Amino acid sequence: MSVAETFYEVIRRQGITRRSFTKFCSLTAASMGLGATGAAKVAQALETKPRVPVIWMHGLECTCCSESFIRSAHPLVKDVVLSMISLDYDDTIMAAAGFQADAILKETREKYKGQYILAVEGNPPLNEGGMFCIDGGRPFVEKLKEMAADASAIIAWGACASWGCVQAAKPNPTQATPIDKVITDKPIIKVPGCPPIAEVMTGVVTFITTFGRLPELDRQGRPQMFYSQRIHDKCYRRPHFDAGQFVEQWDDENARQGRCLYKMGCKGPTTYNACSTVRWNNGVSFPIQSGHGCIGCSEDGFWDKGPFYERLSNINQFGVEANADKVGMAAAATVGVAVAAHAAITAVSRVKVKHDGKAPPKA
Amino acid sequence: MTELTQVGDISDSAGERAVARRTVYVYQAPVRIWHWVNALCMVTLFVTGYLIATPPDSVTGEAYNHFQMGYIRFVHFAAGQTMAAMFLLRIYWAFMGNAHASQIFYIPFWRLDFWKGVLHEIRWYAFLEKYPKQYIGHNPLAHTMMFGVFTLGTLFMIVTGFALYSEGAGRESWQYKMFGWVFSIFPNSQDVHTYHHLGMWVLVSFTILHIYAAVREDIMSRQSIISSMISGERQFRDEDA
Repeated sequence: MSVAETFYEVIRRQGITRRSFTKFCSLTAASMGLGATGAAKVAQALETKPRVPVIWMHGLECTCCSESFIRSAHPLVKDVVLSMISLDYDDTIMAAAGFQADAILKETREKYKGQYILAVEGNPPLNEGGMFCIDGGRPFVEKLKEMAADASAIIAWGACASWGCVQAAKPNPTQATPIDKVITDKPIIKVPGCPPIAEVMTGVVTFITTFGRLPELDRQGRPQMFYSQRIHDKCYRRPHFDAGQFVEQWDDENARQGRCLYKMGCKGPTTYNACSTVRWNNGVSFPIQSGHGCIGCSEDGFWDKGPFYERLSNINQFGVEANADKVGMAAAATVGVAVAAHAAITAVSRVKVKHDGKAPPKA
Repeated sequence: MTELTQVGDISDSAGERAVARRTVYVYQAPVRIWHWVNALCMVTLFVTGYLIATPPDSVTGEAYNHFQMGYIRFVHFAAGQTMAAMFLLRIYWAFMGNAHASQIFYIPFWRLDFWKGVLHEIRWYAFLEKYPKQYIGHNPLAHTMMFGVFTLGTLFMIVTGFALYSEGAGRESWQYKMFGWVFSIFPNSQDVHTYHHLGMWVLVSFTILHIYAAVREDIMSRQSIISSMISGERQFRDEDA
């Protein structure tokens, strides 16, 4: 596979028309908020720049990121993106296997040293020397570090690679660790979500191949263009939140009316993602539109911020069923009872010993 | 023991006489105004904050006829920002006011007699001391609570409060620029919500203790506490021995 070939050449060879190509460029530019000249920039880059070699590795994960990625909404997108990059290695969808596949890793490392992008789906478990995830006969963490050393940048796909996700939930027996805690000397872009939205994934890849650099990242290392607002900020049920109209029970009238799911534990107010604007499956719907609250799957440690169906998170240090209100009310009640008891004792002792109105004797 | 000083010009028909007592001006007007505005803000924030986490029963009818959560949140944000502004003025006054004005902002950690004072107050509250000690400002135990629970607690609530506010205000807002670093410590803002909520209960507990201690010591320590925060003057009811 030659990297000298441009993306445009590849898709033309595959029989995709220039018209479809231009449409894709416009859509992508719009989704990235690039403005009026963006489409032309994207088109120009895809026509002239050599394709970027990408190595796509899989650690501890469920492959939902790949599943999402290949279901990109626009029918062309998956072809486009898979052609846009030179996906030299992806063990779940590549034809090669075994030693053949491993040889590609070695070849890419040597041939495109410092030029290829390492996309990581899943994360390495560090416990027991990384023995909980064996890939090609050795711990995944070793392979990851090796491939990361010569990569130009790393994409952390999904909640696993970005935050740890389910395998890192308490008590995290395998010590599953997000990529940025293992690789500290490379630029890392986090694209969290379980899985991330397909259009967000292709958007990120397009940006990197178009401009040859990572998009602007926020404080947590996520691309600003898709993760700078909460689900809550763009939720179509937000007016019901502001009005004070909530689903109180799953089968009540409010649920039928499509009111706010805040009381049912919706994590939209604390979740940064593009679901409420981009939506899923060709913009058909997203969880809240389907009547279920957001579970905050693109947020750090979301498995440990449950329950999914209550507004207040459990605080595990105080027992499984405790939350901020239960802990706080118990503390305030304890203080209240203690104060009342103390006041009673004070009153009794006051009755027993009348104050003589004199200052205490000097010591 | 000296004779009671009779104050000649205050009397009534029964010939009763008022006695002169020692008073000292402790709480200057800015401190008193701050205290009561802050108290009002806190109560408002407790109520609205609780309602934000646990909203009242749903209103019926069309959404465009109501703005219930909107108003609750507005009151919470307004009270919070008033409290923050007052807190800044209070810090300014710690430098500009009298010696007592800065008491709640530090602990004389290296002074042994301070910790002896704390121990004495703990023994006093445990009914192990017969006589209270009197202080012009806060007693050492109150001083510790004020700094450790109230001042630091309020600061924590202001910082996390503005950080949470920045989520709605947006990444370009000054709130995010100033307080966004909170999310570097807690990447998932649900945690910030949880700690902000726990902070409320810490301050509720503080308020209960604060009011109880003020009432109790006003009686038991034979000095004015409650009225001092109105008039600014502390009066000691015992005569000099």
